[in-house]
Amino acid sequence: MIRDISIGRYFPAKSFVHAMDARAKLLLTLAMIVVTFLCKNLYSLAALCAFTILVYLSSRLKPLLILKSLKPLLPLLILTVIMQVIFTKTGTPVLTVGKFSVYDDALIMSLFVCVRILVLIVVSSLLTYTTSPTRLTDAIERLLSPLKHLKIDVGTFAMMMTIALRFIPTLIDEIDRLTSAQKARGADFESGNLIQRVKSLFPIFIPLFVSAIQRASELADAMICRCYTGEGRTSYRVMKFGWRDAVALLAVAVFTGGVITLNVLFAPLL
Amino acid sequence: MKNEVLRFDNVTFCYDTERPEHTAVRDLSFSLYEGEFTCILGHNGSGKSTVAKLCNALLLPTSGTVTAYGLDTAVEANENEIRRNVGMVFQNPDNQLVATIVEDDVAFGPENLGLPREEIAARVDEALRLVGMTEFRKHEPHRLSGGQKQRVAIAGALAMQTRCLVLDEPTAMLDPQGRQEVMEALFKLKRELGITVVLVTHFMSEAVAADRVLVMNDGKLCMDGTPREVFAHSEELSAIGLAVPKPLEIARTLRQNGIPIDDVLTADELAQAFYNAFT
Repeated sequence: MIRDISIGRYFPAKSFVHAMDARAKLLLTLAMIVVTFLCKNLYSLAALCAFTILVYLSSRLKPLLILKSLKPLLPLLILTVIMQVIFTKTGTPVLTVGKFSVYDDALIMSLFVCVRILVLIVVSSLLTYTTSPTRLTDAIERLLSPLKHLKIDVGTFAMMMTIALRFIPTLIDEIDRLTSAQKARGADFESGNLIQRVKSLFPIFIPLFVSAIQRASELADAMICRCYTGEGRTSYRVMKFGWRDAVALLAVAVFTGGVITLNVLFAPLL
Repeated sequence: MKNEVLRFDNVTFCYDTERPEHTAVRDLSFSLYEGEFTCILGHNGSGKSTVAKLCNALLLPTSGTVTAYGLDTAVEANENEIRRNVGMVFQNPDNQLVATIVEDDVAFGPENLGLPREEIAARVDEALRLVGMTEFRKHEPHRLSGGQKQRVAIAGALAMQTRCLVLDEPTAMLDPQGRQEVMEALFKLKRELGITVVLVTHFMSEAVAADRVLVMNDGKLCMDGTPREVFAHSEELSAIGLAVPKPLEIARTLRQNGIPIDDVLTADELAQAFYNAFT
């Protein structure tokens, strides 16, 4: 059940996007999120969709993968459209049923909101799909390193993230084991009302917490044995901006320029 | 003259000083020497794991002193130096790996020492080679077998250029194959690098090939000698809940039944003795 979630997972492959520097990917992802909100008319919106699809294809990941992770969004998108149709009362009516009319502004707003949500998810999924958690943690650590001057301990923060990532699979295995063990003793997780179901999870989560605390204590011993003090660490992994990052940076810059130009050339719809 | 690596002088350790019944180690004195493979045997609660943790200042003696490479573990300024020289591997392989990639985990120790990148890379390569895990360097630890994870943990200690390796029941959670992998790696390190190995275990079969065996019971040292010497006392061993290795037991049973076989410790020796007895 937990294993099926693809959001936030990493899918190793050899591609342009995979080979990029994690810092560049992180910054460009943030840039793309901003650009998503710059689109003011249908032309720039179309350009946004085209660019996003192009970037996704250059990652050589299967289109089915992203469609799967977008599927859970469907109810949210439908809800957005319904809300727009009910509450937006400007523009010209395009469809009238009795006293109720659907206005064209509502449809345009729906389109913009849906496309923006989809692009946001695709772009941020693409970041985690193509970047190993270790690299991502490194990138965050390096990008936040100026905060050291404000006496914020970025290194410890990054170490906490690394350990959390390291223990996710271990704890998922543990949940599987505990679930089987409780089922073998006759526990029932699938029937009853909501409160009963939540209650039935206690016999899994209490042992899980106990063992997580034991693991933490053993891990702390192991880290102490390897001279961890949180200070004066050096880093084994190197991060280097390469030609790919320059190309990607250029592409996003040109694209942003294009979006702004389209906004100026054609009348904004919003 | 053999170089002393670890020295316990009248060491007592109590987990809760207000309750003396929680005393894990009582008045323990012994020395371990450079390049030796020592096994510390004992059943559960004999204090053997506490001894392991006393070796590199994870625990400090309630009374008495522990000295590692001439440094008193109770002096805080010595801690880093001691931990660099005395590496430790624990029982549960899942709870001692820090990073999400094998090579990053091995690099964790050298990173903590603040070494330059090239030096770290060289040490990681060497440590992974020594434990035979080079081809798994890019793997995620949770996809490895128990034996492989323990070898990564050993590599993590080696990358600190540790001279003495203390292992607290490293094979207790492994299948027989994993157990063999770890034991082979340890003997290779002793042979090739002259690393001092202290193996805390309750598997008699692992003690057979050691240079020296210490047997603990109720926080005290009750036997000290070569495996042959220690296992000669089978009655005393069974009195404290330990059994002699299977091949030895078989040899003795055969002898009681009139087949002239000397004491043996391994299956190979038993086969040879059996062959000799009938030819």
